Amino acid sequence: MNRYYMNNANNIAISALTNRNGIKQTIRHSLTMAYRGLLKVRRTPEQLIDVTLQPILFTMMFGYLFGGAISGNVHNYLPLIIPGILVQSIVTGAITIGVQLREDMEKGVFDRFKSLPISRIAPLAGALLADTIRYALITILTFTTGYIMGYRPETGIMGILGVSLLVIAFAWCISWIFALAGVVGRSAAGVQGISMMILFPLTFLSNAYVPVETLPTALKWFAKVNPVSHLITAIREIINHGVISQDFWLSVIGAITVLFIFAPLTVRAYKRRA
Amino acid sequence: MHQILSLTKNPLLAVEVCGLVKHFGDNCAVDGIDLKIPTGCIYGVLGPNGAGKTTAIRMLATLTKPDKGYAKIFGHDVDKEGHIVRQLIGLTGQYASVDEKLSASENLFIFSRLLGLSRSDARKKTAELLEEFGLTEAAKRPLSKFSGGMRRRLDLAASLISKPPLIFLDEPTTGLDPRTRIQMWNTIRNLVSDGSTVVLTTQYLDEADQLADHIAVIDRGKVIADGTPSQLKASVGAASLELKLNDKTRDQEAKQIIQSLLLVEGHISGEGVITAPLADPELITDVLLALRNNNIQLAEVSVKTPTLDEVFLAITGHEAAKNEIENKDTVSISN
Repeated sequence: MNRYYMNNANNIAISALTNRNGIKQTIRHSLTMAYRGLLKVRRTPEQLIDVTLQPILFTMMFGYLFGGAISGNVHNYLPLIIPGILVQSIVTGAITIGVQLREDMEKGVFDRFKSLPISRIAPLAGALLADTIRYALITILTFTTGYIMGYRPETGIMGILGVSLLVIAFAWCISWIFALAGVVGRSAAGVQGISMMILFPLTFLSNAYVPVETLPTALKWFAKVNPVSHLITAIREIINHGVISQDFWLSVIGAITVLFIFAPLTVRAYKRRA
Repeated sequence: MHQILSLTKNPLLAVEVCGLVKHFGDNCAVDGIDLKIPTGCIYGVLGPNGAGKTTAIRMLATLTKPDKGYAKIFGHDVDKEGHIVRQLIGLTGQYASVDEKLSASENLFIFSRLLGLSRSDARKKTAELLEEFGLTEAAKRPLSKFSGGMRRRLDLAASLISKPPLIFLDEPTTGLDPRTRIQMWNTIRNLVSDGSTVVLTTQYLDEADQLADHIAVIDRGKVIADGTPSQLKASVGAASLELKLNDKTRDQEAKQIIQSLLLVEGHISGEGVITAPLADPELITDVLLALRNNNIQLAEVSVKTPTLDEVFLAITGHEAAKNEIENKDTVSISN
């Protein structure tokens, strides 16, 4: 439709005005919006600092801090902590979407998007797409830091690629929770606050850093049901032993459940506001 | 010019608004507006801050849903056929609706792509618009380094990518310096010569007078008057003749002459300015000749038509927004 419209501007016959976008246009618009997201990252690379520094800093800091105490030495601790930090960093990366969406929706440029004959969902879909690049970056940095510190996973490059895909898909699914916070939140600072409140218990009260058995009963219970723990366990088993365990399926089911609940909620809330 | 209009339900009526209402909590921002805007004109929506202009435009541009009433763009309902309406309009908001973090060319490229242009067409269109709006040199600079005028120009350029047959300009010159304002006015006039319809909101009375073919005056969410600029001015009263003499002592004599020719009572102010209502401009010549024949010398002479400031005051019975009063010397027009 839009193509026809443009032709019209050059005085070529047009077909008809339609009241909705096709799926092809929706995908095109979303890709353009993702491109916009990436351009913005290129313009302000500092917005990547938190997510890029965290995996490097945390891997080295916690690796050298806890390595001796928990696993006897740093080298033995790495197979345990690298998956933990990978998941924690990627979940941290996932919350950015909410803050960014909120900031975007408050700006004048959003009015223009709303006044253009584009798919209503494109700005949201585009932001989520652009975020996969962020997740990929986090994954690469975590494994690189681990490699430098001496981590050589059993399953080699195939294992790394496999868990990278898993963790990126997981992050993408749960980023819908934070996207919802961004869409319904009233200010970027508020969204940041709420997201942090969700983020910290989820990531720290898990098996990311310490064996769950060392925790007090209540915490132990939470850490065991925490979906983040399941994902971390799944990754450890795949990358260190080449085993696809029950935890893998639990994480996949958990992520898909989140997706199926929060994606429609977010889209609905978003459409009402956009 | 705009072939797309032949596909619309009503190519001749750009905007039709009937009983439009929008509440925000207790505040009734738009309180039952009716408008009919024919295709091809510049339509001015004039009103002070908070009169409901922006809310009305946002409803017409499908950004806000009306609570009551309906609005149609070329016959298409803004609520039910929003997507079609969006293909027919361009919107330049009160606050520049461009991406602050990107450069001018990146902004235009992305909007072009979103509007369905191929990559190479989008690049071409971007270059074309940058050139047209005098932004080529600044194209790669981030917008944070842009002046207010450059931002507005970019904003307007972005609204014109798809050559929409109807363009909304929400206070296009608020905050611009006088020179940039006049540039903007010329750009707006060119839009209409290209066959577009322009709906312009403004709180500057002279801007509406300069640009618009037709003006609706809005106050507190209601249209309180509409007509051509001259109709609005005429509704307040006729023009008046103002004279000041070199020799004050002859004021009464001059007043007598004026009265005999214009057949109305004149008025002499404390500063010695003689004012008399002027129904027919032809009579000025007679007055001036009679004064010359009686050897009465003039220090000043002027014919004043009422300014839109006066129109606004006369219609609403209260003063327009405070800042307009403060800017009086720049906004009032003396013909």
